Amino acid sequence: MSPVLEVQGLVTSFPGDGDRVPVVDGIDLRIGSGEVLALVGESGCGKSVAALSCLRLVPRPGRIEAGRIAVDGRDILPLSVPEMRRVRGHEVSMIFQEPMTSLNPVTRVGDQVVEAIRLHERVSRAAARARTLELFRRVGIPDPEERLDAFPHQLSGGLKQRVVIAMALAAVPKLLIADEPTTALDVTIQAQILQLLRDLQREYRMAVWLITHDLGIVNELADRVAVMYAGRIVEEGSRLDVLAGAAHPYTRGLLRSMPARATPGERLAEIPGVVPPPDEWPAGCRFATRCERAFEPCSSEVPGPTDLSGSHRAWCHAVARERGA
Amino acid sequence: MSATGGDALLRVEGLRTWFPIRRGLFQRTVGWVRAVDGVDLEVQPTRTLALVGESGCGKTTVGRSILRLVKAQEGRVWFDGVDLLRLPPRELRPYRRRLQVVFQDPGASLDPRMRIREAVAEGMRSFGIGGDEAERTRRVAGLLERVQLDPDQMGRYPHEFSGGQRQRICVARALATQPDLVICDEAVSALDVSIQAQIINLLRDLQRELGLAFLFITHDLRVVRYLADEVAVMYLGQIVERGATRRIFEDPQHPYTRGLLAAVPSVDPQRRSPPPQVLGDVPSPARPPPGCRFHNRCPEVFERCRREAPALYPSATGASRCFLSEGR
Repeated sequence: MSPVLEVQGLVTSFPGDGDRVPVVDGIDLRIGSGEVLALVGESGCGKSVAALSCLRLVPRPGRIEAGRIAVDGRDILPLSVPEMRRVRGHEVSMIFQEPMTSLNPVTRVGDQVVEAIRLHERVSRAAARARTLELFRRVGIPDPEERLDAFPHQLSGGLKQRVVIAMALAAVPKLLIADEPTTALDVTIQAQILQLLRDLQREYRMAVWLITHDLGIVNELADRVAVMYAGRIVEEGSRLDVLAGAAHPYTRGLLRSMPARATPGERLAEIPGVVPPPDEWPAGCRFATRCERAFEPCSSEVPGPTDLSGSHRAWCHAVARERGA
Repeated sequence: MSATGGDALLRVEGLRTWFPIRRGLFQRTVGWVRAVDGVDLEVQPTRTLALVGESGCGKTTVGRSILRLVKAQEGRVWFDGVDLLRLPPRELRPYRRRLQVVFQDPGASLDPRMRIREAVAEGMRSFGIGGDEAERTRRVAGLLERVQLDPDQMGRYPHEFSGGQRQRICVARALATQPDLVICDEAVSALDVSIQAQIINLLRDLQRELGLAFLFITHDLRVVRYLADEVAVMYLGQIVERGATRRIFEDPQHPYTRGLLAAVPSVDPQRRSPPPQVLGDVPSPARPPPGCRFHNRCPEVFERCRREAPALYPSATGASRCFLSEGR
């Protein structure tokens, strides 16, 4: 069976001072049917641009330069605009950190979901409204009949995110891309939304591509994890591979610097320095300038993947040397 | 209050900050947002108290009321034995020097047209610290070095720095007036994890070296567990639980605290969080529920909670505003 999403050699660039700068620089990803993949990284690593690329929604002047993106086995880069519109929503839906990215402030939320349904299916307004009500119930919106006629500003952040999830589910997509879906929410609301995503994913056997900076959320939701740094994937594996057996110095550094995993009173491990901006990404391994294990080849040669187990790979010269590869 | 209450650097008593809801042509007051509704807390010298809660719980308004950035209707804010809320502005100044603040968004709290040198020296100048400008420049250099920034960059503007570097600048600016207490309002919340670790380490080092006390206002319980000595949990304008950090995290008493802690995503790969216990949204602080303010979200609610408001019942290890904690 072909994966729901397969990305090979994706390069997406934005204009820099002179040349165009690849902010996503040759990434491969594969998401199987019903699987939850977390793409994790800090601000500016390119994770959101990677996701937008897969819906062909990269904002101008960004541009996909190279690569192949297949949804359910079909290449989407050659698709026409109307064909692409069908892929979006129908096969792949996306929700964002800020629910107002997807909501129209002056339209009642029920009508917005009705529109989303009718965009993909020839059904009457009444039937679409009944479906919307059902979706509102399913995503846990209290008093759903009344909420159909509410405007977005009348709803809390958590409720707005539930509306957006209802809209994303309107056509029962094969893949839901969730870009920091709970980052703007309070922790008790976050827990509710994570639980909802978990339940829906199981119920609809939907694949989820979770994009986040939060390794706790990764642990809660993901089956597999890919860690991104400066436009490239540096490590990938199962949730346990990456969170319990991280190999790449960047992943290890991220995990060690988390207050949640530290002992109070002990100093937090720091990753020195900051992520350089895309036009200053170093040659060779991009993490080399901040890496405690950097040695001779790191500054000049781009590391290839080292297999650590059937499911676990890291792109690191030090790891490769250690493994005698 | 603890037996050593008299030694507290900051003691807040019965703080009440309500905001009027105004409507209509004549802007008549039709209701009140009870942002802070009777809060007591203490910060001991050189210690860290974390004030935690979700948005709308009033934690930020507590900080702003202490700083007199908003006007409290009632209560006392004792700082080193003086009630700041009752001081005329002129007499407040020496205390403002000793009481500084670092906000969440370093971009918004730095004037984009002001060079870093000026931003850091501003407080020194207004409080007459550092004699002449040459001396102040020397001090700015020292402060920037202390927060691990290059003093040669003091002629630059805020936009030339990254978010983490800007937060370091805000810390340097707060330290410039040699404060005893720094209120950190979500000071590390917007930072990426690798940068957050750097700033947390910096704050801890500074606390130890300079004997600073922190009032750490945040929603991030993972940082609280790591950083705070004591914790006060707020819900809808009131403190619902108070205690030493370790006790709060290992043996939370109030059902809200328990729900809040359970909602924090687990970072232990061997363990995922159970389904959430606290459901629904936080009600509006303009219309807090009758009885216990948490009763409509509480998994352990019983009849009395709907009618009667619990007090903050003290115990040997803190206090909890829940009937289940009464007389324990």
